[in-house]
Amino acid sequence: MRANCHIEEIMTNKEWPLYEVFIRSKSGLSHRHCGSIHAADDQLALDAARDTYTRRNEGVSIWVVRSSRIVASDPAETAAFFEPAEDKIYRHPTFYDIPDGVENL
Amino acid sequence: MNQHQALLAYVSRLGDNGLILGQRMIEVVAAYPELEEELANANFALDYIGQARMFYTYAGELEGSGRSEDDFAFLRDENEFHNYLLIEQPNGHFGDSIAKLVLFDSFYLLLLEALKDCNVKRLAEIAARAEKEIRYHLRHNSQWLVRLGDGTEASHARVQDSVDSLWQYTGELFAADEVDQIFAESFAGPDLEAIQEQWKANVATILEEATLTMPGDGWMASGGKQGRHSEHFGYMIAEMQYLQRTHPGATW
Repeated sequence: MRANCHIEEIMTNKEWPLYEVFIRSKSGLSHRHCGSIHAADDQLALDAARDTYTRRNEGVSIWVVRSSRIVASDPAETAAFFEPAEDKIYRHPTFYDIPDGVENL
Repeated sequence: MNQHQALLAYVSRLGDNGLILGQRMIEVVAAYPELEEELANANFALDYIGQARMFYTYAGELEGSGRSEDDFAFLRDENEFHNYLLIEQPNGHFGDSIAKLVLFDSFYLLLLEALKDCNVKRLAEIAARAEKEIRYHLRHNSQWLVRLGDGTEASHARVQDSVDSLWQYTGELFAADEVDQIFAESFAGPDLEAIQEQWKANVATILEEATLTMPGDGWMASGGKQGRHSEHFGYMIAEMQYLQRTHPGATW
């Protein structure tokens, strides 16, 4: 249990670690990020997410993950990361003639 | 005491337990150390009060004199509340609150499970609903007890103190009086001796995981179920009932 509690981290930081919360609102849909909470450890993060974000019947499944464990793209590199895709319109399926009679494509 | 009176007393007592514990927990709303636990505590308190409302409404119907849930909550005196002494104890520090809730919820969950099988349909339905809420409370609170007990030296010592000082109020949970006996015999109510045995085993498991020592069976306080309360009780209901007592019949 001790290892799971991040005791050293809590004792040196005073603040509980931050967790991101993902909730699946009903079966078949994917989990969506809905916010974050502080918690002493993983299990209590799940409880806190339940008490904070599913009070009004919002979910059937919860994921929590330590915010520090999320690998995120660097905002400073937005240009290098995303702009090259902008002018490659051939990657979008917009050059097809839609056959008559197909309503939803 | 006839069967009907015993049933009424039994249901009203269940309401008292929900209301008084809920009210105790509400006292610390907006004073919790962490926002997330604050929410959990407020949710739990409202669960207890919601259960009290169902019990009181039913008690009012059984009584047949037109008393509402509010009349039960706000217009009765100290000695008319028959809740356990354990739950009226002051909140103390966070460890005190957690220890109290673990000791009580461990019992209350078993009681509700048994009530689901009693032959009073209305009561069985309320118990089935309440059981789900309390199962989660116990899960959450016992996790905290484990973390405090198996946390630091300071947290271990403090929460062991909490368990030790609250232990004297646990005997009353299992001391069957006339109401319990009639309810058990006439309505297939809970067998408190069997519940006590199961409770001891369950609490021992939680305490062991929390590296805490289970106190021995010493002197046990009693009186709550007969309406004889500890000194803290009067102050609590004075605050709870202030508005209805000062402005009778006030609504919004």
